Amino acid sequence: MNIHEYQAKEVLKGFGAPVAKGVAITSLDQAEAAIAALPGPVWVVKSQIHAGGRGKGKFKELNKDAKGGVRVSFSADEALANVKEMFGKTLVTKQTGPAGKQVNRLYIEDGANIDRELYLSILVDRETGRTSFVASTEGGMDIEAVAEETPELIHTIGIKPSAGCTNEDAAKIADAYKLTGKAREQGIELFKNLYNAFTSKDMSLLEINPLIVTKSNEIQVLDAKVSFDNNALFRHPDMMEYRDKTEEDEKEIEASKYDLAYIALDGEIGCMVNGAGLAMATMDIIKLYGAEPANFLDVGGGATTEKVTAAFKIITSDPNVKGILVNIFGGIMRCDVIAEGVVQAVKDVGLKVPLVVRLEGTKVNEGKAIINKSGLNVIAADDLDDAAQKIVKAVKG
Amino acid sequence: MAILINNDTKIIVQGLTGKTGTFHTEQALAYHGTKMVAGTHPKKGGTNWTGSNGETLPIYASVAEAKEATGATASVIYVPPAGAAAAIEEAIDAGIDLITCITEGVPVLDMVRVKEKLDASKSRLIGPNSPGLMTADACKIGIMPGSIFKKGSVGVLSRSGTLTYEAVYQTTVAGLGQTSAVGIGGDPVKGTEFIDILELYLADPDTKSIIMIGEIGGSAEEDAAQFLIDEAKRGRSKPTVGFIAGRTAPPGRTMGHAGAVISGGKGGADDKIEAMRAAGIRVSPSPAKLGETLVELLGS
Repeated sequence: MNIHEYQAKEVLKGFGAPVAKGVAITSLDQAEAAIAALPGPVWVVKSQIHAGGRGKGKFKELNKDAKGGVRVSFSADEALANVKEMFGKTLVTKQTGPAGKQVNRLYIEDGANIDRELYLSILVDRETGRTSFVASTEGGMDIEAVAEETPELIHTIGIKPSAGCTNEDAAKIADAYKLTGKAREQGIELFKNLYNAFTSKDMSLLEINPLIVTKSNEIQVLDAKVSFDNNALFRHPDMMEYRDKTEEDEKEIEASKYDLAYIALDGEIGCMVNGAGLAMATMDIIKLYGAEPANFLDVGGGATTEKVTAAFKIITSDPNVKGILVNIFGGIMRCDVIAEGVVQAVKDVGLKVPLVVRLEGTKVNEGKAIINKSGLNVIAADDLDDAAQKIVKAVKG
Repeated sequence: MAILINNDTKIIVQGLTGKTGTFHTEQALAYHGTKMVAGTHPKKGGTNWTGSNGETLPIYASVAEAKEATGATASVIYVPPAGAAAAIEEAIDAGIDLITCITEGVPVLDMVRVKEKLDASKSRLIGPNSPGLMTADACKIGIMPGSIFKKGSVGVLSRSGTLTYEAVYQTTVAGLGQTSAVGIGGDPVKGTEFIDILELYLADPDTKSIIMIGEIGGSAEEDAAQFLIDEAKRGRSKPTVGFIAGRTAPPGRTMGHAGAVISGGKGGADDKIEAMRAAGIRVSPSPAKLGETLVELLGS
């Protein structure tokens, strides 16, 4: 789960991180009060969407010369004008895709006196199995480009779980940034606090780009991006409050209610598969035979008839879907449960497109019997290859 | 021979009393008499578990007690995500040699903690989010369907559960059969990586060829490819077929498995396929042609 910058800063502030004063607005009539609540003389108006590259992004509705999604304003009037120009518009960044995202929230922040911009992130390094800091003096830039062009400027500091982020670890990070004096003292405190925030809230990514050193040699969090481990959200109801459903695909929200792993794609063949690997492979084989998958959908191991029915409804609600492929290799998932779910769903919502079903594994005979007895117009497939060819043929002719 | 488990392996079930644990323990007992010897439950120690066909197993309050009483060397974990890490830690503390965690959705920072403890122990962990492992006609740990196995010569290893079944099924249909199959699990932080299992397959005289199934995310496939290149230089190699799931996956989206995500331009399918080919692995273009590709490779 991703959250907005202003929410991330609120969380980090709670862990003692230095952030600028700021006010988030969700409607235009809150703008003047928000601007007045900040001292000036510089106001920064920042689009709040779940995508990076906002500063360099462009608003669809404005002309090409208009400024981007993060704007520095040197008077209250200018800040207000920026708010009015940005609010409700569609911001396209390199992470949003060409459709862009509508800006329904703005964060107005006190301007900072920047001397140096640094990059910091915390993530779980899958190679070492440890929580690691990634530090670079090249802040404010695209860190992937930095990693590509000047990998020597990226420092990775792994943290021993039982010890946590020690003073020595924090000093190493401070060294990587060449911090001195007050900024160094503040940095060492901050790095330990950020580690605590990351681990105690089960974050999957904490990225501060940039972390700044001000002209008075103090440290400040200028931008913040936080994602949480979805598998750990059950123990963080306070973080769940930050979820912004307007940032998510409607079908994906519906799927998440049933604990289904669903991702909407652009193709024409809806897929219902058990297991993430097989679901991906099913998408791949559809493409191999010349069609495109409309979605990724893993019904998981513990699927019930109700879940399968919900999955089927989500797939059929996508107007792009011209055919459906159900591909189940039962292990923990039983074919009879899948079959009952499919039959129930077709009874509930009808079937207007070709449906190919391939069942194999645990309780396969029971599953096939349920489909056969149902009298549904189902195209049965013997194996994965057969299934993929049949659904592509049914859709493409 | 096969790897890791055989018909003598004694197994404790952590989370036996639940519905999932019960169903798959019944299946295991029915699979060539896999030696499921006990279950554990903190509050039900001293009672018996009874399966739907009248099978019974004793329940102990802890893994340590169950191990002491039965001489088990392996455990399989079916407990829900919130308790999975604690279950693994309990098994490590009890000195279980081979721990298999089936549980899907374990918080990754729990696994970071577990991994440190695991590295300092002698236990081997398979998973979490693993379908388990099997030795054909001998032993079944986890949730793989036994009916698709056939005793033979192919060693199967995979990050994905259901794709493991595809490989097993296709090698059965092709008449090759399997020695063992191991699903290492789809999570980013896990107990056993590809190279650990490849080492075992290279060393096992009964395993004549290998099918390795990877997916997008991380660099475990690249590491495995490098391992095979290094081993080949030492004169150890076996015909290997590979497959990478997720060629059509969009970057930045986690594809079901917590570990299956292309991020920062890394972990894409093309790089992995390239690394596999460089290591002499025959990469199957289709997940439906794993068996066929292996038959071709062995015939060439």
